[in-house]
Amino acid sequence: MKIGVVTFPGSLDDVDARRAVRLAGGDSVPLWHGDHDLKGVDAVILPGGFSYGDYLRCGAIARFAPVMSEVVSAAQGGMPVLGICNGFQILCESHLLPGALIRNDHRTFICRDQRLRVENNATAWTSSYDVGQEIVIPLKNGEGGFVADAETLDRLEGDGRVVFRYLDVNPNGSLRDIAGITNERGNVVGLMPHPEHAIEQLCGPGTDGLGFFTSALALLVS
Amino acid sequence: MPRVIVDVMPKPEILDPQGKAVHGALPRLGFDGILDVRQGKRFELEVSEADEATLSEVHQIAETLLSNPVIENYVVRVES
Repeated sequence: MKIGVVTFPGSLDDVDARRAVRLAGGDSVPLWHGDHDLKGVDAVILPGGFSYGDYLRCGAIARFAPVMSEVVSAAQGGMPVLGICNGFQILCESHLLPGALIRNDHRTFICRDQRLRVENNATAWTSSYDVGQEIVIPLKNGEGGFVADAETLDRLEGDGRVVFRYLDVNPNGSLRDIAGITNERGNVVGLMPHPEHAIEQLCGPGTDGLGFFTSALALLVS
Repeated sequence: MPRVIVDVMPKPEILDPQGKAVHGALPRLGFDGILDVRQGKRFELEVSEADEATLSEVHQIAETLLSNPVIENYVVRVES
């Protein structure tokens, strides 16, 4: 099963995401922001980083990259798409997910091993977890505050579309401690923390992140 | 050449950490009378003619790229 990872100018974690796909047992395919081509992949990851230098707003310019028109139509057709950090920002700017990410309320960049609670394991990227399971994966962002109007937040919570919530501390001022959300269909997931940095015991806080990638691969095989 | 200005501001209900940081710096400089600061962006678009068609295009640009309607409002005006 092939999972594509898009590289934008300014992407940082594309190589780690590709490595995570391989360690989970999948084939990772590099995708290029300037191509109108998904190279026949079965799923797509938008990695972390600072696409286009975060100019204008995080993810605002990446949204209009040629590859994104392919990603948007594939996502609307049901293809699993995961946006991590900057990838989450791009998914929000692309309107594949509701809400927006703004500058951390404490105004500083934060990097920590973050405990999360899995709230929904019925998405394409979370079936390897149990509902209520607590996982620890790294978080590193300057603009990770998830915001949306109260009506949207109520709808997300009511429909079970909050996928992850921050535990212990709210690291960036995200409303209702929301760390990650999904679309109505459950194929598109975005979150600020980085599962691709928690896939091996040697580095990072453990292997809690591996489940994202095994979830998608299990779905694609079935 | 006419110039069209697009001002983009965070919506009033959206937290503005940058504005807060600027506001927090003012008392340190001895400016005590400022009650609040909000920080936004100003875009200057050079156009050959500021007619209705151009302005409607600028509105489209402001809505799709220059601002994010989830968190920001914008105002378009022609600079004379």
